[in-house]
Amino acid sequence: MAEGIKDRVAIIGMGCTRFGERWDKSPDELMVEAFTEAIEDAGIEKEDIGAAWSGTCYEETNIGKSAIALSVALKLPFIAATRVENWCATGSEALRGACYAVAAGAYDICLALGVEKLKDTGYGGLPQNEVQWGTVRRLIDSNQTAPGLFAMLATRYFSRYDIAPDEGKRMLAMISAKSHRNGALNPKAHLRREVTVEQIINAPIIAWPLGLFDCCGVSDGAAAAIVTRAEMAKSFRSDPVYVKALQISASSGQEMLYDDDWTHVETTVHAARRAYQEAGIKNPREEISMAEVHDCFSITEAVTMEDLEFSPRGKVKEDIEAGFFELTGGLPVQPDGGLKSFGHPVGASGLRMAYEMYKQLQGKADTRQIKDPKYGLTHNLGGVPSVNVASIIIVGL
Amino acid sequence: MVGITSCGAYIPLLRISRKSISSATGWLGPATGLPGEKAVANYDEDSLTMAVAAAIDCLNGFDREKIDDLCLATTTSPYRERQGAVIIATALDLRPDIRTADFSNSIKSGTTALLSAFDAIKAGSAKSVMVCASDSRQGKAGSSQEQSCGDGAAALLIGDGEAIATLEGHYSLSYDFVDYWRAEGDRFDRSWEDRWIRDIGYSKFIPEAISGLLNKYNLDIKDFAKVVYPCLYPREHAAIGKKLGAEPSQIQEQLFTTVGDTGTAYSLMMLVGALEESKTGDKILVVSYGNGCDALFLQVTEGIQKARDSRGISKHLTSKKDLDSYEKYASFRDLLAIDTGRRGEEVGATQLSTLWRERRMVLGLCGSKCKRCGTPQYPRQVVCANPGCGAVGEMEVYRFSDKKGHLFTYTGDNLAPSPNPPSIYGVVVFEGGGRYNFDLTDCELDSLEVGMPVEMSFRRKYRDAVRGIHGYFWKATPGRA
Repeated sequence: MAEGIKDRVAIIGMGCTRFGERWDKSPDELMVEAFTEAIEDAGIEKEDIGAAWSGTCYEETNIGKSAIALSVALKLPFIAATRVENWCATGSEALRGACYAVAAGAYDICLALGVEKLKDTGYGGLPQNEVQWGTVRRLIDSNQTAPGLFAMLATRYFSRYDIAPDEGKRMLAMISAKSHRNGALNPKAHLRREVTVEQIINAPIIAWPLGLFDCCGVSDGAAAAIVTRAEMAKSFRSDPVYVKALQISASSGQEMLYDDDWTHVETTVHAARRAYQEAGIKNPREEISMAEVHDCFSITEAVTMEDLEFSPRGKVKEDIEAGFFELTGGLPVQPDGGLKSFGHPVGASGLRMAYEMYKQLQGKADTRQIKDPKYGLTHNLGGVPSVNVASIIIVGL
Repeated sequence: MVGITSCGAYIPLLRISRKSISSATGWLGPATGLPGEKAVANYDEDSLTMAVAAAIDCLNGFDREKIDDLCLATTTSPYRERQGAVIIATALDLRPDIRTADFSNSIKSGTTALLSAFDAIKAGSAKSVMVCASDSRQGKAGSSQEQSCGDGAAALLIGDGEAIATLEGHYSLSYDFVDYWRAEGDRFDRSWEDRWIRDIGYSKFIPEAISGLLNKYNLDIKDFAKVVYPCLYPREHAAIGKKLGAEPSQIQEQLFTTVGDTGTAYSLMMLVGALEESKTGDKILVVSYGNGCDALFLQVTEGIQKARDSRGISKHLTSKKDLDSYEKYASFRDLLAIDTGRRGEEVGATQLSTLWRERRMVLGLCGSKCKRCGTPQYPRQVVCANPGCGAVGEMEVYRFSDKKGHLFTYTGDNLAPSPNPPSIYGVVVFEGGGRYNFDLTDCELDSLEVGMPVEMSFRRKYRDAVRGIHGYFWKATPGRA
């Protein structure tokens, strides 16, 4: 019987670049920046690393295929290096590879590094969708983008729960306003300006009903983690952060082809349930201290709160309005600003989320510090609402 | 009985008033101001998509498995080499062991295709032939053709079964009369002087063809309930009838002020309109025009009473939306280069071996139906998506193009590059099962709501100018009334 990896792996060092429009920085420079912070934080040398996982999603506009770009940029000394890609869960997937390798006892120390250079496409938003899903899908898929596909969650959510469009837009705006407030406190965030609910509601529509501020930033950036076997962790630092759960769930096709209700994301539900079981969490709303979830769009955060069992089905609006997810609320969500405000260099995002949880657990989150957090949860959603891969990582002291 | 067993038509939803065209391009030359409006193919429509729509209207419950031949008449095929008829046959999901042919290079080829179909039935080489005629001809900005040409299609099913009208006779004229022409590589027609076309073309050939037919079968013009013929010049249209001794009530309205000259489809669309108004025993005379004429003598049978309820001409005529902007019209017809941004430049290559393998799925909108649990699914699957089933390799082909559905959720996307933003798409859930996310067309974002009924329409999904590919697929539309 599999036991999971609870408390078998510790994070002993992390690094994260400032996210944003890094026109002047190459992917190599971003990788070196995140990596240097991580190994200095861990107090190790690169020669101590046994194997590396490189996370990049859009290799065409980034560093190309394989992990060679990583090993060459960092001049890693002929160690094992693997590139992983799982849409927006890519960074979490890289961390998963590194964690499983040390949990298996194959290595003492591993590196996970995610990098994405999204601002070299020549247009706003993520790279054009139609060439990303293979040669058959491009013949049959609608003329779609990520905002539109997630907007369809909002259309259906509003319809199912009988929420008038202006009321729904207001609910979503409160989500983005909160994340901008948190991001404004974060020197590494991409979008550091507070915006009001009214500004958000009145912003230009990107894909009805989502407006500009319902969409996350598209950014350049890199983030890295150094992991080791739990029993070795204290030899590196007194406050290592332990991995409590690490779960991924990929669509079965059932949602898109058979029965998706487009008001929730089924993979998140599966990954979360398994993660809670792995971590021994019975009541996530009470036990999880804080979360960084995949708020690629405001509506994604809304339904994720329900999928993670933070809010009851159809009731997230009440929690949003009560300020439950604010930095000062019962369960702060996106304390670092989230994808919304911190930005979303796809391959780096999962590791950026882990970076915030790590810093919060160590009490190093400055003005954003949450009081005595015990468990931090990160969530990525790669793909589109009905076809995707969801990751959940739970970390704690 | 050899005859027409079913008929259908298609007129695109969009219309533009000729006044709008004049006010945009009138400065270019002497006023060509023509009356009324014309039908305009949407940005995602062309001769092939309109032909498919007309064919679907014509099929209207007929068993498509029984079709032996399919012909397309058009002068505006998107391909020089790649048959239009076979694309239509694939879209209609017809049997592969059929004969297909394109009739082209003259706007009279619609009736020529029809006569060939009658010949095939008479000769016993086919039992059922689908004849499609469709055109979307374009004039240069400021030309009279820009105003006169409209877009539309007709489809007729010819067979020896129960006919709604039988073919009693025909008479053809063929003249190398060069009134309009388009040479290899030309995008637009060139033309000779209007007065010559009017006086020596229409005004001579149509009476000559009609007289030829009347003499051949010893008939009088008064024997016909409807006389159907085109004439680009509205005043002359009436004069031709008068000269032949026909009463105005006998002359079929030529759709010029509502649709425009639809080329190969023109006379056949008028014929479909005439059949809609006809009764048992009516004789109909149909004449086409273009490098001569074909004249056909048809007799309406009792079958007309049972003729199924297609959208035909009359319903398509009343279901319309005014395209109030000439600039939009010009961009839809590719007369005006529009900016779709850097994002719009990223057209993925069409792997033709992939398209071949998936032709029924892509062009025919066929998915799978699980033989074990009966669940329809799109796109086609090997393993059943029903989690309670999961059967492997027990799928049969299941066609979605003729299934109705409802809109489960939707959006209007301003980020996606579109010739007509926002890009509207949504999840369609089909009656009987199956669902997918499709583009929506012929609609406005504001008119949509969750749960509304939709139907599927064959459209041009993309044009890959670099590689010379017109990509076709199906979109959802709110049904035409």
